[in-house]
Amino acid sequence: MLHAGIDVGSANTKAVLVDDEAVLKGRAIMPSGVGLVASARQALADAIKEAGSTPENVATIIGTGYGREIVPNKTKAITEITCHARGAVALFADTRFVIDIGGQDSKAIALGPNGAVTGFEMNDKCAAGTGRFLEVMARALEVGLDRMAEAALSAKRPATISSTCTVFAESEVVSLLAQGEEPAAILAGLCQAVAERVHGLAARVGVRREVTMTGGVARNAAVVRAMERILGFDVNVPEDPLIVGALGAALIARDMRLRGNQ
Amino acid sequence: MSSERIPIQTAEKLQTLMFQHYMGAKMAEKSGGKIAWVTSGAPVELLHASGITPIYPENHAALCGAQKLGVPYCTAAEEKGYSRELCSYARTDLGCIFKGDSPVGGLPKPNLLVCCNNICGTVTKWYQVLQRHFDVPLIYIDTPFQHDEVTDYAIDYVLAQMEDALPVIEAVTGNPFDLNRLDRTVELSAQATDLWREALDLCVHRPSPMTSFDAFVHIAPIVTMRGTPECVEYYRAFLEEMRQRVADNVAATPGEEFRLGWDNIPIWFKLGGLSKRLAQHKACLVVATYTDAWAVDLSAADRTDILRQLSKVYTTVYINCGMKRRLQIITDMAEKYALDGVILHSNRSCKAYSFGQYDIAQILQDRYDIPALVLEGDMNDSRSYSEEQANNRIDAFMETLSARKH
Repeated sequence: MLHAGIDVGSANTKAVLVDDEAVLKGRAIMPSGVGLVASARQALADAIKEAGSTPENVATIIGTGYGREIVPNKTKAITEITCHARGAVALFADTRFVIDIGGQDSKAIALGPNGAVTGFEMNDKCAAGTGRFLEVMARALEVGLDRMAEAALSAKRPATISSTCTVFAESEVVSLLAQGEEPAAILAGLCQAVAERVHGLAARVGVRREVTMTGGVARNAAVVRAMERILGFDVNVPEDPLIVGALGAALIARDMRLRGNQ
Repeated sequence: MSSERIPIQTAEKLQTLMFQHYMGAKMAEKSGGKIAWVTSGAPVELLHASGITPIYPENHAALCGAQKLGVPYCTAAEEKGYSRELCSYARTDLGCIFKGDSPVGGLPKPNLLVCCNNICGTVTKWYQVLQRHFDVPLIYIDTPFQHDEVTDYAIDYVLAQMEDALPVIEAVTGNPFDLNRLDRTVELSAQATDLWREALDLCVHRPSPMTSFDAFVHIAPIVTMRGTPECVEYYRAFLEEMRQRVADNVAATPGEEFRLGWDNIPIWFKLGGLSKRLAQHKACLVVATYTDAWAVDLSAADRTDILRQLSKVYTTVYINCGMKRRLQIITDMAEKYALDGVILHSNRSCKAYSFGQYDIAQILQDRYDIPALVLEGDMNDSRSYSEEQANNRIDAFMETLSARKH
């Protein structure tokens, strides 16, 4: 049997399938768009296809992320806090802290020795220090999101960005460019600003080792390096940080099913 | 145990009582009676003892908020230049004045203003604005913040201001201040606060006969009418109903599994939504620092010097006290009510109530192993509340509590 986790986030919808042995069998990522239900269905269908299976073989579905309630045929909806924690521990067993930077929000999650969530913090009602912030800034600087980190890491020193407000930082970027600042230095400054902002959130919860970074922004090596500099130690970064929430959801789905069958 | 929520019967009586309170004040205004606008932590007994009808702009603002009318009134104040950073109660009430209406048809004009800064610093400026607007006397009582132990000199200082207030009241009423009548008024206040305390205490029972959401609604008379016989009568009926609910094992949250505490003023425009959300998780709010703050001790034993007693009681209200005392109160509550967790509403409007909450949350978790959630919101301004994020936090918090239990 297969067990599905579907993470309907603000930017992307992710689906992961695991089998009874908790082995990842399929995954799919697609933009959430406006038709959240359709995206969730499609993501699941794609993951099933990748697993080389059929919908009848999916025994349990857990919905997570902002759209968790709308996931079709779900067994249960669970918040991404719990799912990211579970997914991170599955990938890095010694994880005691998760820093998740997604499209619209960032989260800091503390875990106990058994992997259970003991505390968490999320960003306030504002997209500062999230994936959306970097997306808007990349556009302003005419750099592809995938090239952003590379460019930022090439900078000799980061420019100082004082605002992490997505709206105000854009005008700050324009003014820095007007002053003749290198785009690479500005990009480095923006990545630094995101790391600092999210670290502030993490510090409130109380950072403990090991730290695993999840969410789309963990793919940005410049943000990860900046975070490591602030923390003073290395962090774990999964191969595919975007699907960690969906993976956690799929693993919880599997546990629920196996417990139910006992 | 029923799976349906059984409504609280006294609620009907409450509506009538509050209607009479606001209408009574309007009638008093028409017939030449005296009206005072007062802050929620003002020594209102001085007014009842002088036949002055007190009106509470804060309660009135909460009433607007609960009817989801906070934003239009706040906007009216913002259009006059008041910052969005200003307390949403102040903006709501100033907005009502500027617009000239409200859900109760506007408040009757005051003959006197009484402002006590034991609840925040904002009221100082708010009441100065009111004084300029209405051009009536303002009694201002400055209650020093109690960082640690209550000092005698602080009480002496407040007492001196209370004594200075009496001639101002006499000038408004045209009658000499009657200390015997004050004694009877304080006795009525004491009876009401005792009844309120007893009713709140019943929530130690499992399942709890009411939730704090119920208490947030039923708190109105103790705030606005303490010191009157009607208030005592109301809480007698309320307590009796709560006792009966305990006897009948009525659960305010059917299937109550988790018991939570609440810190700060309620999110008035979300009472129903939050109450339902928590009920879905079988979580019952059983105690709140906000409702507890009005269960003050006015016991007769301390009433030898009545003005001094009032000075002490009003100086030591919850939000005029430092972190140590707040933490003590919250941890005592956690033990008494067997709490599984605490929700601290970080209220954008009320800095005085919200400061230190992150430290309190941390200490609760680290030192007492009580999970705490800081929930960002506002008591009246729905623009400072993000529904999805709040629900997400609550759901995640409940998952954490559930994992601890199972």
